[in-house]
Amino acid sequence: MTARPYAAYRRTLSIADKLLDINWGLVMLIGVIACVGFAMLYSVAGGHFEPWAGTQIVRFLAGIALLVVVALVDIRVWMSLAYPAYGLALLLLVATTIAGHVGGLGAQRWIELGPLQMQPSELMKISLVMALARYLHGLSVEEVSWPLKLGIPLAMIGIPTLLVLMQPNLGTATILMADGCTLLFLAGLSWWWIVPAVAGVIAAVPVAWQFLHDYQKQRILTFLNPASDALGAGWNISQAEIAIGSGGVAGKGFLQGTQSRLNFLPEKETDFIFTTLGEEFGFVGCIALLLLFAVVIGYGIRIAMSSRSQFGRLLAMGITLNFFFYIMINAAMVMGLIPVVGIPMPLISYGGTAMLTVLFGFGLLMSVHVHRQVEIPRHSAGII
Amino acid sequence: MPLFDRKDKSRYATFSRRTLLVTGGMGAVFAALAGRLYQLQIINGEEYMTRAEDNRVNQRLLAPLRGRIIDRFGNELATNRRNYRVLLVPEQATEGVGAALRALGRLIVITDHQHERILHDISQNKRFVPVTVAENLDWDDFASINLHLPYLPGIQPDVGETRDYPYGDTMSHVLGYVAAVSPDDLQHDDDPLLDLPGFRIGRRGIEKEFDTEMRGTAGTDRVEVNAYGRVIRELGREPGVPGSDVYLTVDRDVQQFVAKSLGAESAACVVMDVSNGDVIALASTPGFDPNLFNVGITPDQWNALTTNDHNPLLNKALSGVYPPGSTFKPAMALAAVDNGLADLQIVCNGQLTLGNHVFHCWKRGGHGLVDLHKGIQQSCDVFFYEVAKRLGIDKMADAAKKLGLGEPTGIEMPGERAGVMPTRAWKMATYGVPWQQGETLVTGIGQGYVLATPIQLATLAARIASGNKVFPRISRVVGNKVEPRPRIDALPFSVKAIETVQSGMNAVTNDPGGTAYAWRIPNPGFEMAGKTGTAQVRVITRAEREEGVKKDAALPWNLRDHGLFIAFAPVSAPRYACACIVEHGATGHPQVQMARDILLYTQQRDPAKLPTAYPVTAASVQNKA
Repeated sequence: MTARPYAAYRRTLSIADKLLDINWGLVMLIGVIACVGFAMLYSVAGGHFEPWAGTQIVRFLAGIALLVVVALVDIRVWMSLAYPAYGLALLLLVATTIAGHVGGLGAQRWIELGPLQMQPSELMKISLVMALARYLHGLSVEEVSWPLKLGIPLAMIGIPTLLVLMQPNLGTATILMADGCTLLFLAGLSWWWIVPAVAGVIAAVPVAWQFLHDYQKQRILTFLNPASDALGAGWNISQAEIAIGSGGVAGKGFLQGTQSRLNFLPEKETDFIFTTLGEEFGFVGCIALLLLFAVVIGYGIRIAMSSRSQFGRLLAMGITLNFFFYIMINAAMVMGLIPVVGIPMPLISYGGTAMLTVLFGFGLLMSVHVHRQVEIPRHSAGII
Repeated sequence: MPLFDRKDKSRYATFSRRTLLVTGGMGAVFAALAGRLYQLQIINGEEYMTRAEDNRVNQRLLAPLRGRIIDRFGNELATNRRNYRVLLVPEQATEGVGAALRALGRLIVITDHQHERILHDISQNKRFVPVTVAENLDWDDFASINLHLPYLPGIQPDVGETRDYPYGDTMSHVLGYVAAVSPDDLQHDDDPLLDLPGFRIGRRGIEKEFDTEMRGTAGTDRVEVNAYGRVIRELGREPGVPGSDVYLTVDRDVQQFVAKSLGAESAACVVMDVSNGDVIALASTPGFDPNLFNVGITPDQWNALTTNDHNPLLNKALSGVYPPGSTFKPAMALAAVDNGLADLQIVCNGQLTLGNHVFHCWKRGGHGLVDLHKGIQQSCDVFFYEVAKRLGIDKMADAAKKLGLGEPTGIEMPGERAGVMPTRAWKMATYGVPWQQGETLVTGIGQGYVLATPIQLATLAARIASGNKVFPRISRVVGNKVEPRPRIDALPFSVKAIETVQSGMNAVTNDPGGTAYAWRIPNPGFEMAGKTGTAQVRVITRAEREEGVKKDAALPWNLRDHGLFIAFAPVSAPRYACACIVEHGATGHPQVQMARDILLYTQQRDPAKLPTAYPVTAASVQNKA
């Protein structure tokens, strides 16, 4: 790709230029991964598009359109929208959390906007990354480590994390925390902060334990010893392991999986969809999917590295990391490496909000790519 | 202030460096995930495959059809009949289990006890598992339930198989019965079929002897189940191998005739084909209805069986041991002829003194001059005391054992007892004291230690009748396994000895003065030869003997003598042998009448209603002369 010399950040590209500049290879790759997801949803429905695969395809196509639109929007527009988006997400999150507690329903993750249902926590993942990138864009390496300037991003990470924890949604809270901390790390946070913080977190584990819900504690205990409750809470873990393990090298073949189709797997179409892949396509299939994911992540890193603005770099890495953490937590969970937390496999699991959020994220990534030559001064607030 | 400065450059450099670090971290995570996949799918893949298969496949056993028991002419003696039953699927009882049972209760009787059991069964199972409500319904009830089915949500009519014995107690001791599996059975038998609810195992008789053969091999019904145990679909059904049919040598009609003849007496009778040992009938009365044990016997019925002094649960034909009494004398006679006593003659004056002990003849006043022929015909005790004294116990035992006494005959039925044929060595081993000569004399008339079962006595009669060492057998074919029968050896006695005894036994029934002359078979060509016997079950004291031995009728039932009779017919060419014992029933010789009727009936089973061999042979003509 020959870089056209943009003399100044004020220069804008035409729509046609941008369309041509979109990394269509990455879009294709995302499409391939999504197709794996459709196939799995088709399989767990017993060889039917209903009720999951068909809906998922429609959502994916809508998501791709969203991706292209987002990619075309100037990165500086996104930069200026970062704080409002964060504010809106935080507001919705507070509303959901309060509604959940006031309504006495316990776990409350959804909010209804007319006919649409959405999870503010999903929205928060993207807007947190945007807002942090926006904030850190304005700081030099030294400033990142100044206590006063560090307090703001820590609050930006901490408040939504706590709210999500209260829902309670341990998985999403972990991802928010991981996204935020990694961005701070990438922005150049001093090791003098990092080392004591890591030590502190380790020391705080016993304290945090006290704040966990009983069911969360139970999940962790069960994880540590699945056999203790083979028909109860340990069921998810052992059945998922059986499903993946029984796939062997090459799997049982498409539509031949027995574990998921006979309801041995809970959440077979959402969080545990990876087990069906493992069962039907075996080691080969799982490694292939992980490789596809790795290539997508590689694209993301490359886009981040080639961006000429700190906002673009941090945004691209934030989106990529968010994607990575999804994969890591979900895969590790279904393989029995970590306790069960409610995190779907991106692009594969059934779910509208997650699909749109992920593709919206990839839209932002693409926007960074398209606008990689745009330089944004440290003290700029974007346009608008 | 410039738009861009060195700080921008430095943070780009930091960003790049740290991105590399993060990328490395992500790479490590991917490697860990791949490693875990390797562990799950490659290293432990096979184990998980097995577990996944176990997860989804439930193997249900299907009970094979139990083999039938069939008589020599193809009549079914034990078979399987349809068991009409009603099941309840709690999940489908839309108006609740209670309502379903109430509705059903208007059509059939459901006792409180059953009701409790049903509710207990329901609570033990998942809600889609059918629970048995009632079994062994008659057709009317079953039809009425089917008719009302639309108003009985959750109720499922079902047809199973259950054992049926159409001939009830007349066959009970031959067939035995089937009953529920006991914990003891489970310890000795690891056939998975035994775990099936409602499975029945053979007890007693043929049902027990050929239980494994008739049981068959379990079929399997492999079904795919989901995580809740609900059946999704059938993967494959192997019906299993039905049990083998067992073909008996028994003739249903003769068996029923025998059972009817024995009537209410505590009695046993065995009818054998002397040419090959086929057991034509084997009865022990009173019997019991084997169907009771299959459907579940009530405590009252069980008590009635166990407290009855006629002991209906004991198969007396195999497990009852009796002193053979005078039916032992033919064995003595055979030994006498072959030991040079063929021409022995003595004078019987009613008693024989040995040392200071007096041995009495059954006939006060004695038989006068007695030879072997007359000794058998009139059953002279003194004559056989003399024979015993001259032979000695070991020669007597030798002869008796050649005729099958003292050891099980080996008939294919459980519970057979060996009886006792005493010898010097036997007494020393059993009691630790030497043999007394007086005991030899008592043994000579079939009393004392000697004990025999009716099947042994029938075998003895069959051997004398045929001159061959026949063994009783009751199964002809099991399944389709045809085995050649072992060759039948000749009896190791001289022909002269056998003919002498046969002619003596002929005289018992057919010559005036014989002890059973009154009960001979008068029909020409069907004549029987026999030997009566009386087994004393009490000690007659000297005082009583001086006062006059009490008549049996004056004694309580259980102190009266046993009446025994062995016989074969037709005399001219013996075909059937019979042993008949009536416990405490010597008076009036009911056992002889029974044997007579039975042997006549058995011979007349021949389709032509003609004697099996006619005209009579030289031997019997000579005896008549």
